[in-house]
Amino acid sequence: MSEEMYEDDEYDGIVKKFMYVNRKAPYGTIYALESLEVVLIGAAFDQDISLAFMDDGVYQLKKDQDTKATEIKNFSPTYRALEMYDVEKLYVSKDSMDERGLTEDDLIVPVELVSAEKMSDILEEQDVIFSF
Amino acid sequence: MKFAILVNEGPYTHQAADTAYHFVKAAIDKGHEIYRIFFYHSGVNNGTRFTSPPQDDRDLVQNWSRLAEEHNVDLDICVAAAQRRGIIDKDEAERHGKDCHNLAPGFRISGLGQLIEGGIQSDRMMVFGD
Repeated sequence: MSEEMYEDDEYDGIVKKFMYVNRKAPYGTIYALESLEVVLIGAAFDQDISLAFMDDGVYQLKKDQDTKATEIKNFSPTYRALEMYDVEKLYVSKDSMDERGLTEDDLIVPVELVSAEKMSDILEEQDVIFSF
Repeated sequence: MKFAILVNEGPYTHQAADTAYHFVKAAIDKGHEIYRIFFYHSGVNNGTRFTSPPQDDRDLVQNWSRLAEEHNVDLDICVAAAQRRGIIDKDEAERHGKDCHNLAPGFRISGLGQLIEGGIQSDRMMVFGD
């Protein structure tokens, strides 16, 4: 990603729980790609980061994405790099997966499948929620 | 309360931009502080001075600029999102060899780090979008 990196120690002592909620399909609109750009920049700030995937957002993590015919970049491999940025908490709505006939085996990264109730609890715990 | 605001949609396309503006006005009127307003996704289109709405419609871009002038509110536009959508300031125009620039008064081009910083430094992040 093209943006400059920020100093890690700029916000001594303040660690907030940041949640990125991804609700839209990976292609068709730019929301998913630009959300990922925020996650990658945000990772440099040493905050407590989680990602949630729900509704069509679960397709962002689908294996075997092939965008060649659309001339749009397949950015799904970037989700695999999140681990290197210490972004390891990925929560996926089990209901959204079930509705779309998807299982954990269809996803490119390990995730935690959560019920609507659990997702609601996780969201409740957050300090900052970005919804894309 | 100290608010940070994220605007994810452009003016005249989606009500999110109007709602964000009215929220900010109301918050300031009630004595709250606006730490920063960050424009992302097509929200960057709130910052082009080339916007020319019909005379009987509200001028949202001008409203933002006035807000910045009157209340010293920080209006930040994401550089990467802005470049994709053709929103550039004088420096960017020179760097990319463009024949003009269109950033509206009161806005500045900045990076996503400013959005994260807004989340860290404010009491509450409000997201206006789809």
